[in-house]
Amino acid sequence: MAAFKFPVDASQIMLFARAVGDDNPIYHDSEYASGTETKGIIAPPTFVQASAQYDPNFPLRPTIGEPWFGSGKEATGTPKSDIQPKEKSEKKSSDSARILHAEQQYIYHKPIRPGDDLSVTTKRGKSWEKEGRRGGTMRFSETITEFRDTKGELVVTATSVGVTTGKAVSQD
Amino acid sequence: MALNVNTLKVGDTHEELVAENLSRTQIVQYAGASGDYMPLHTDEVYAREIAGYPGVFAHGMLSMGATGAMLTHWVGDGRLTKYSARFTRQVWPGDDLLAKATITNIINENGEVLAEMDVLTTNQDGQTVISGKATARIDT
Repeated sequence: MAAFKFPVDASQIMLFARAVGDDNPIYHDSEYASGTETKGIIAPPTFVQASAQYDPNFPLRPTIGEPWFGSGKEATGTPKSDIQPKEKSEKKSSDSARILHAEQQYIYHKPIRPGDDLSVTTKRGKSWEKEGRRGGTMRFSETITEFRDTKGELVVTATSVGVTTGKAVSQD
Repeated sequence: MALNVNTLKVGDTHEELVAENLSRTQIVQYAGASGDYMPLHTDEVYAREIAGYPGVFAHGMLSMGATGAMLTHWVGDGRLTKYSARFTRQVWPGDDLLAKATITNIINENGEVLAEMDVLTTNQDGQTVISGKATARIDT
């Protein structure tokens, strides 16, 4: 079980709302927001994804001083031995290209607000396999993430289902 | 503005165009805001040559976030109690996304009135990219 802190600030909420194409002033205009039912700025429904910024071990962010599997001089920055799709290693490599997000679920206990200092804990949930039409054998695994406030009360429970496919998912 | 039990009924719908000609730049913007820098979404060379895709495609969570905007515009800010999505098809640069919610049930739970809804987001070809559910507190 991993654990880390996720401090929430107003600018991050504004940037996140912009990125999902939502110009609702509740996410950036404190004067407007204070006159609404929420009595202040709150975060949009999928905002907890931004906690990845604070996860010290998040694999989909370049680590300073380490090779990154995206392109640079070459199409990938990690050695060939790491990029064989058949390899089932868990290490950070192009193998990650076979891991896709299949499903996401949120339970909202209370709104997230600027200034919140959330504690994040993650645990593994179920895992299962399925023969897919489009991507070969698909291995699913569930990750449950709890976001709690400084009183230890649940703010958001997030369940993510990842799928590892045997090959690139075809478009047919 | 929240929904009201006196005017809302099962079968009511709301839809919004939540992305129009989705740009690679917006995908990059989402990568920066979320912290998910997976090269499949931001690195055309990597996506094509290493991963074997036709090119970059959007984070599923970008579509779920955009679809969430349709939901909160309808049910009101801070009213969602649950929101889930299955990512059924990739979203590509240039796609238009139409997000729609349909009320399936109105229930009483722990002294609150909740509207349950199906969520469906389709691309410009009418193909489903997100199939989900949501629940929101409504006024009485």
